[in-house]
Order: sequence, then C-alpha cells, then structure tokens
Amino acid sequence: MERYYQPEIETASREQITAWQSERLCKQVRHVWDNVPAYRKKMEEKGLTPDDIKGVEDLHKLPFVTKADLRDNYPYGLLAEPLKNCVRIQSTSGTTGKRVVAFYTQHDIDLWEECCARAITAAGGTDEDVCQVSYGYGLFTGGPGLNGGSHKVGCLTVPTSSGNTERQIMFIRDLNATILCCTPSYAAYLGETMKEMGLSPEEIPLKAGIFGAEAWSEEMRRDIQNTLGIKAYDIYGLTELSGPGVAFECSAQQGMHINEDHFIAEIINPETGEVLPDGEQGELVFTSITKEAFPLLRYRTRDVCVLTHEKCACGRTHVRMAKPRGRTDDMLIIRGVNVFPSQIETVLLNLGYGANYQILVDRVNHTDTLDVHVEMTPEMFTDNMGEITKRQKQIVEGLRSMLGLTAKVTLVAPKSIVRSEGKAVRVIDKRKI
Amino acid sequence: MSVKQISVFLENRPGALLGLTRVLAEKQIDMRAFSLAETSEFGIARIIVNDIEGTAAVLSEEGFIHSITPVVAVSISNTPGGLNRALTALSEAQVNVEYMYAFIGGKRESAYMIFRVADDAKASEVLRAAGIQLAEQEEIVNL
Repeated sequence: MERYYQPEIETASREQITAWQSERLCKQVRHVWDNVPAYRKKMEEKGLTPDDIKGVEDLHKLPFVTKADLRDNYPYGLLAEPLKNCVRIQSTSGTTGKRVVAFYTQHDIDLWEECCARAITAAGGTDEDVCQVSYGYGLFTGGPGLNGGSHKVGCLTVPTSSGNTERQIMFIRDLNATILCCTPSYAAYLGETMKEMGLSPEEIPLKAGIFGAEAWSEEMRRDIQNTLGIKAYDIYGLTELSGPGVAFECSAQQGMHINEDHFIAEIINPETGEVLPDGEQGELVFTSITKEAFPLLRYRTRDVCVLTHEKCACGRTHVRMAKPRGRTDDMLIIRGVNVFPSQIETVLLNLGYGANYQILVDRVNHTDTLDVHVEMTPEMFTDNMGEITKRQKQIVEGLRSMLGLTAKVTLVAPKSIVRSEGKAVRVIDKRKI
Repeated sequence: MSVKQISVFLENRPGALLGLTRVLAEKQIDMRAFSLAETSEFGIARIIVNDIEGTAAVLSEEGFIHSITPVVAVSISNTPGGLNRALTALSEAQVNVEYMYAFIGGKRESAYMIFRVADDAKASEVLRAAGIQLAEQEEIVNL
C-alpha cells in the first residue's frame, strides 16, 4: 500500500494541478515584477508586463534565468522579500566561481520541508522510523532539508551530519536506524566499510535510503541496495529552488515525481531555448511558483534529462523526471565527444569494479587525453598478471563502445582516490583552453 | 604438495613498494622469499613469509589488495644444471610454468625454486619422480 504525505496534492488530477500552477504562476510573476528590479528589467527587455502572463500556457514567453544571473545579483539582487521577513540562507557548494546564496522565509522553509516529507513517506517512512541524516548540515541544503522533512513525518531524527564513518555506523546499529539520507557516494562508502567489518545486509537495520545531491547510475543503486540490504530512493533538488525535495522517487523507482504544486518543469533545447515535448531529452528548467523570498522564473538547471506524464504505478499524478544524465556543466567534451561521468561509472560497475574511479582529462600536443583511474578490488585481483591486464583491456573496450573514445585505464590501489565525505571528486580537468 | 605465497597488488609508482616493505618491517614480518613482477602500470609482489595468516590479516588492515596463491617449492643443489633438471621434468610432463623465482636458503649449498603452475599435484608428482626434493611450508618457514 503506497503511502503519501499529502495524498490530496500528490494524487490530484491534471486539471487541478494545472489550475494551481496557473494561479500561482500569475501571482509569482506579479510578486517579482513588484519586488525585484532585475526581473522587471528582464521582462521589460522582452516587452512583457505581468498582464501578459495569464496562465501556464504563457510561461514560455518569460525570459530564462541562469546561474550567471544569480552570480551577477549576489547577494541580494534577486531577493523578493524585505530581509526582515527572511529567516534563513543556504548556499551552494561553490565549486565553480562565486557561491549562490538563497533566502527563505519561514513559509518557504515549511513548504521545503513538506516536499522532503513527501520523499521520506514515499520511501516508506512513518513516525515509527528512525531516520539518520548523514548529509552535511550547514550552508549545504542536504542536512537541513531532510532533517526538516524527517521531523514533519515524525521520524526519530538522528542528525549525524556527514563524516566520522565509525560514529555513523555505531548510530545505525545502536539506534536501529531504518532510513539513511546522504549522498550516494557516501552510502556506497558506508556499505563498503560495513562489509569490511564483516556485517551482512541482514545485520544492518536500515530498510531504505534517500540519496541525492550528485549523479549516480542504476548500477550504483544496485550495489548500494545489495550491500546495505535496503531499497535506495533517488531525490533531486537545487539550492536555488529550495534544496532536496524538488523531485523524489516513489516505490516504482521509475523516475522522480516533481512537486508540481511548487515547481513547474520544462525541458528545453539548450542551444535554442525552444520548449521540447514529453519524452525528449534536453535541459531541465524550473519555475518556483510558491517561493516567497527567492523565486526563480524559468531557471536553467543545466541538468540534462527527460520528463514523462505517463501514469505511475504508485498513484501519484505529478510529472516524473528521469535520472539526470549529468549536468551540462558536468559534461566533458573530449575530442569532440560528449562524455558524462555517469557513463564511465556504468561501464565499471557492469564489469564488476566499484564506483571508485577518477577521470583525468588533459591536453597534450593539442589532443585531449582521457585517463580513468579505477581502484582495484579484492574480487578483481588475481595473482595472474595476464589476467589483470586482460581485465584492464576489457575496461578500455567497454569505454570505447560506450563513448567511442580510447581511454588510458590505470588500476590503482584501494582507497587511493580521494573520497570527500560529501561529494566525490570524480573529474579532474587539467586542460587549459 | 604446495606452499602458500602471498601476492600483493601494487601501483607502479615511486614509493608503492616502500609502502609494503614498511608495513612488513613494522609488523616484524620475516620474508623468506620475495619476487616482483610488473607492467608499466601495476605490479604484483609475491612473498613467502614466516606467518601467512598473520601477514594476510595485517595486509587487509593496511588496505593492501592481496591473495594467497599455492605454489610448488623445490630444493635443488646449488650446482650447475640443478634448475635444468627440474624444468626438464616439468616440460616432459607438459606442465606449463606461469612464473618462477629462486632464492638461496640458509645453507649455501642448496637453492630453492618456486614454481607457479596450473596443476600443483601433477607438478609435484613429476618433480618427485625425477628425484627432485620438494620443500614443504614448514621447511621454508624454518629456514
């Protein structure tokens, strides 16, 4: 029996969802026009006034907002509420350029936490559960978002934050944690560590995991599910929009339901900006229609994915997004070929290696080089040099058929690839272009 | 009759081997034989030690990927032609040698050869039949 946190919203009819979206969009456009000069200017440049937006059907008329707009308007330029109405900021990890700072009113936080509560409920969570939140707490949205969602569901919340793996495992075992929230790479690491400690999946009390904040493949999901003995659910979000919980996976594990009462999703052609129909791959664009402090209209996420409105087995009616293939900014162009780290991961996991790898890209004599470092595992090691070399060649072959590129594959010692306890450092691009 | 050898995965980079020998030194592990095979990218260190189980545990703890491999050990006289006799016996019986290495025992008059073959039992049999003396784990440990 599928459980919903807000059944009347999560299973609403398409007509109802569209009606909510239209009403809220018009109100939101008016709100930014009145309160954010940068938005008014962008609309004026397109010859638009709030009266031109009468419903969802007019959404495509609005200009896009990009990450560059966010940086240019740092810190207060896109704020739509007086600071006295704001109670919190969160910030992106800031790996590229300046950090993005997002503001929240108390109402914004309540809605955000409700979205996370929907995700936890969809993963089977109830007030009987012990939910361990091993996402980082602080400026990063992962910890605070799931923490709030877990409270709303009524789980006993264990706010371990990230890091200190021994303590994480101690709490999982001593407090019988049933739900784990963290990045997939950290979940894999916890699983690996528990396996090394000799713990079988039956001895681990966890039953579900909610993992997001970085791209991960189906093969990685399979590995995590097997080592931890859980069902692993994907969750999607962006600090710019609120944080985790913009979309979440249900028991069907066939894409993530976007919380359409708060976010309108579009897929566009990243080159032309043209809106694409259901089922076509393109860049995901979001409009936050209930955000008070930091509303974004047509925000380009740079995530590449596909939407589907097909009926879902779980009974939810909200549109589903496929696992993003990667962010357009994660995408590497190597010798003219588009490469997503997730593709490389798929090849490795299919051949029996772990998800512990690093991609090094460089340019030597005007030609791009692709090096993939893969950690040797006890299962893949043998005393036979020829056999190891053969397996190494299988990786090269697998990558060639997946990417159409020849990579240099190096087998490295276990745990030699840096694992950040938050996000994994998967790509090092040394090209100076 | 076979002897247990530990094979350890190493990266082919400065300091990788040192990382292994440092651990062995710290843990007072006494090596009886040591051999290194490598490609330009990785290597395998093959060692025979006084305490197989203890060494394997230490290596796991220190994060080294390793496996225990059975090999055939023989003692041959440290005189010209000693190795030739052993290889002739194996060759005549169609036993393929994947790799081998030698070390000198405590007594200077005899050397030891380690053979890695697919079929330990067959190799042992033909060597014994050729009058070559096989060495047991205990003998090597007590050198």
